[in-house]
Amino acid sequence: MNRRGFLKTLGLAGATVACPRMSGAAEPESGVEPYGILVDTTLCAGCNSCTYACAEANGLPEPEDPEAVTKPTTDQWTAVKTWKTSKGDVSVKRQCMHCVSPACHSACLTSALDKTAEGPVVWREDKCMGCRFCMISCPFDGPKFEYSSTKPRIRKCVMCADRLRKGGEPACVENCPEGALTFGKRGDLLRTAHKRIADQPDKYVDHIYGEREVGGTSWLYLAGVPFEELGFPTDVGEKPYPELTASFLYSVPMVLTLAPALMLGVARATHRDEDETAGEAANDGAANGGEEERS
Amino acid sequence: MKGAAGLWRFLLSELKPKGSLFTPFNLVSVPIMIAAAVILYIRFTHGLSAVTNLSQEVPWGLWKGLNVVTGVAFAGGAYVVTFLVYVLGQKRYHSIVRITVLNGFLAYVFYAGALLLDLGRPWKVINPIIGNSFGVSSVLFLVAWHFMLYMMAAFVEFSPAVAEWLGLRRLRRTLAALTLGAVVFGVTLSMLHQSGLGALFLMAKGKIHPLWYSEFIPLHFFVSSVFAGLSLVIFEGTLSRRVFRSRMSEEHHAHHDDIVLGLSKICAATMFAYLFLKVLDLVHGQKTGLLGTPMGHWYLVEIVGFVLVPMALFTEAVRWRSLWLAKTGAILTMLGIVLNRLNVSIVGFRWTEPVRYVPTPYEVVVTLGVIFAEIWVLRWVINRMPVLSESPAWVREEAAQPAIAERVAA
Repeated sequence: MNRRGFLKTLGLAGATVACPRMSGAAEPESGVEPYGILVDTTLCAGCNSCTYACAEANGLPEPEDPEAVTKPTTDQWTAVKTWKTSKGDVSVKRQCMHCVSPACHSACLTSALDKTAEGPVVWREDKCMGCRFCMISCPFDGPKFEYSSTKPRIRKCVMCADRLRKGGEPACVENCPEGALTFGKRGDLLRTAHKRIADQPDKYVDHIYGEREVGGTSWLYLAGVPFEELGFPTDVGEKPYPELTASFLYSVPMVLTLAPALMLGVARATHRDEDETAGEAANDGAANGGEEERS
Repeated sequence: MKGAAGLWRFLLSELKPKGSLFTPFNLVSVPIMIAAAVILYIRFTHGLSAVTNLSQEVPWGLWKGLNVVTGVAFAGGAYVVTFLVYVLGQKRYHSIVRITVLNGFLAYVFYAGALLLDLGRPWKVINPIIGNSFGVSSVLFLVAWHFMLYMMAAFVEFSPAVAEWLGLRRLRRTLAALTLGAVVFGVTLSMLHQSGLGALFLMAKGKIHPLWYSEFIPLHFFVSSVFAGLSLVIFEGTLSRRVFRSRMSEEHHAHHDDIVLGLSKICAATMFAYLFLKVLDLVHGQKTGLLGTPMGHWYLVEIVGFVLVPMALFTEAVRWRSLWLAKTGAILTMLGIVLNRLNVSIVGFRWTEPVRYVPTPYEVVVTLGVIFAEIWVLRWVINRMPVLSESPAWVREEAAQPAIAERVAA
């Protein structure tokens, strides 16, 4: 193998390694307008009907004491927590937010976490190798991992992706007795939410959580108190999370093409010098030992 | 060349230990490795929660933070030294190429390999490789591929030593001709995955304490891998001179002081650049106010005690030609790298959580077991192959010939 042969190999390897699709699938390519769910926390009574419906629809164990569970777990994908706020007790249902540009999808090296065109972010068992990089990357702690299993899975709300595909609604929405959950196209839900705020400016804070956070989420929240009081992360910014790594990933193909060229050039230059002086350059096999006689 | 049967007998005989079995190192390392094996058996039969303190909030613990993230930083010496010798033509570092590359290669095999212990579904590890599901927008995808390719490059760089050990003359010549290509490829890959390890934490924004989180974290990781790797080379050289004195070539002995001081110079310079980057980040990111907090004090311990101080030691070492100062600097630098990588991946990670992650004793034992296993293999190879010792005579006779041929052609 000579230098040219090597460069060919390098080119091939470079092509496989260096051409990542840069962004984490932000725009739906199919033209399907994605779905979303609007949560009006001013209407939620904290009854946990959604929690029971979720368990039944997704084959999860029946929740024994859902009020004691304040964060989603591997076995309970939805959790309703009641917060003490400046306007009294407010119950908030939390689950995976199903980001428009999910950090978990862009983090996943096997594409196990998949952003579907309809909106749900789903986990695919046959792909996942259990590295938990999705959990490191997710700003909302969406993915949960079965640490006690020898065949662990990532568990989280899947926005009832199968029911959606069959034209249905997510189970939690269908079973909410208070009408706190609304299912629909994300665009329509935003219009609805803005209208509610405009109609009752005293009841709501002028903020739809999920409209712009991390580039938008499928789950949208209305509230009567600032979202900090309800435990929502308010420092996540409006930039889609995959963009945090985009500039690094952009630089990769550049380094992969420029650095070897530069180094081969430098090596060539320094070695020619040596051909003339020392006369020991061509065979670079790192033969150990100096030129002197061995004792 | 020997016959196949002869080669087989030779390999079998080489498997036998050389030297005393009951050394202090063996007496410490063997029980720990056995314990680690037992713990790993439990881990694979009962799940990660049986032996680790990992949680939904802290999904990466000591195995990732120390073995993978820190271990790979220490392997950085290989790409720096091969760059010096083969790209810049700095022949005076030639005698440490093999030991450094071997160390780097084994570090990758064991520490990147430790990733497998931590994977929840290791039987799926083939997925990102065979291409049925490329997650190409993933930094981890990039890091995994670069680990793999770099391991191959490092093995090619080291392979002439294996060929010399086995007495395979023709193969050695072929492999030796690949060295420059492997080096160039390897340096490029290293730049990318050393920084890539930092880039893994870019999306953990908000989870990592702002003093350790930075959008420039890939650059910080890359620059610090230079002095992390070289400090290990200096430290390792000191140990080798004691442990493997009998295996060491004269060239190795003769150049030792110059090499240590030369590497110290590079360490001091890169540490200066690193400090500058850190200060820039601190000022530009308007984080100076955080220095007064407890985490800020901890940050200052890391930056002053384990970057600024060793940088000064390296500088003084070069000035006074003091090996002692250089070695002290190297040890402090290494501790600083461990601190930094653990601060990013564990201490500063989820620093506001009421219940902090603390590794279980089991996790610590496995981490140590992996390190000891690497040292065992390293020792086995050094004792057999021409790593510190000179190449066999036939290699040097051959090495002279192509050079002559090339000169005639030119």
